[in-house]
Amino acid sequence: MHEMSICEGILQVLEKEAGRQGFQRVKGVWLEIGPLAGVEAEALRFCFDAVVRGSLAEGAQLEIIEIPGQGVCLQCDQSVPVRQRFDPCPVCGGYGVRITHGEELRIKELEVE
Amino acid sequence: MVQIEQDILGKNDQYAAANRSWFRAKGILALNLVSSPGSGKTSLLTRSIQDLKGRYPLAVIEGDQQTSHDADRIRATGVSALQINTGKGCHLDAHMVGHAIESLGLAEKSLLFIENVGNLVCPAAFDLGEAHKVAILSVTEGEDKPLKYPDMFHAADLMILNKIDLLPYLDFDLALCLDYARRVNPGIEILQVSARSGEGLDAWYGWLAARMAS
Repeated sequence: MHEMSICEGILQVLEKEAGRQGFQRVKGVWLEIGPLAGVEAEALRFCFDAVVRGSLAEGAQLEIIEIPGQGVCLQCDQSVPVRQRFDPCPVCGGYGVRITHGEELRIKELEVE
Repeated sequence: MVQIEQDILGKNDQYAAANRSWFRAKGILALNLVSSPGSGKTSLLTRSIQDLKGRYPLAVIEGDQQTSHDADRIRATGVSALQINTGKGCHLDAHMVGHAIESLGLAEKSLLFIENVGNLVCPAAFDLGEAHKVAILSVTEGEDKPLKYPDMFHAADLMILNKIDLLPYLDFDLALCLDYARRVNPGIEILQVSARSGEGLDAWYGWLAARMAS
């Protein structure tokens, strides 16, 4: 459900940037989202179309770039891929993996006119 | 094309940072209590307030989609409580909490409990400016809740396992539950309590006292 708030957050950023950078319309939005950001890409697409209706980004294309999850195992010190928070370290089997990438939830770039 | 590289929750995080520095300046300990509906959050809170109200100035912010039932229960203890109804929303955000603390008139060095909307998903993503998230889980839920909702248990510094007086009547696997919680968050502290019988509450009050002192 909070994908709706996330989309409202995106729209606020777009409106602020439009004022600052002097563009009138947004035609495309590129987001970077990690698997541990707590956001469902499909739900986000669904909400995005609804939230931007009647705004400067009505009809904008939403592109989602998935950032792979990564962490460092606190036990064996290896850099390892992470898909879910409770995954054990694939090298030593320990559970103390500190997340370094995968929690990203940010707007990378915009196509504007 | 324009590069902007902005965090989508950046605005919430700015409000949260403002709340946090305000709490720090006033010496207020703010805790964000999160759980699923029915974990006994409000019962734990009313019991804690009864036991602690001589020790610190206390205040409560209650988040629910509808009704002021929880704030009414808190006010019945004589402590000031402010209800935020989120309407369709599934979580409190830092902006709502900023408004609430303006109207609560908090005393310096008080202990502020922010009872979030009963939801183990969305509140994990929204920093309110609290010192700690405290996740409350009850033994009438499944022992695998920490694995099913890992973001929340990962974000919490303390897990309170409530309703332990009911353990003899349930098939709840306590050791497995604690193991699951530590898988998603190796550093999490865990306290086992019963808000009803009072068992384990001294450890909870000790945890609070240590943080109030710092």
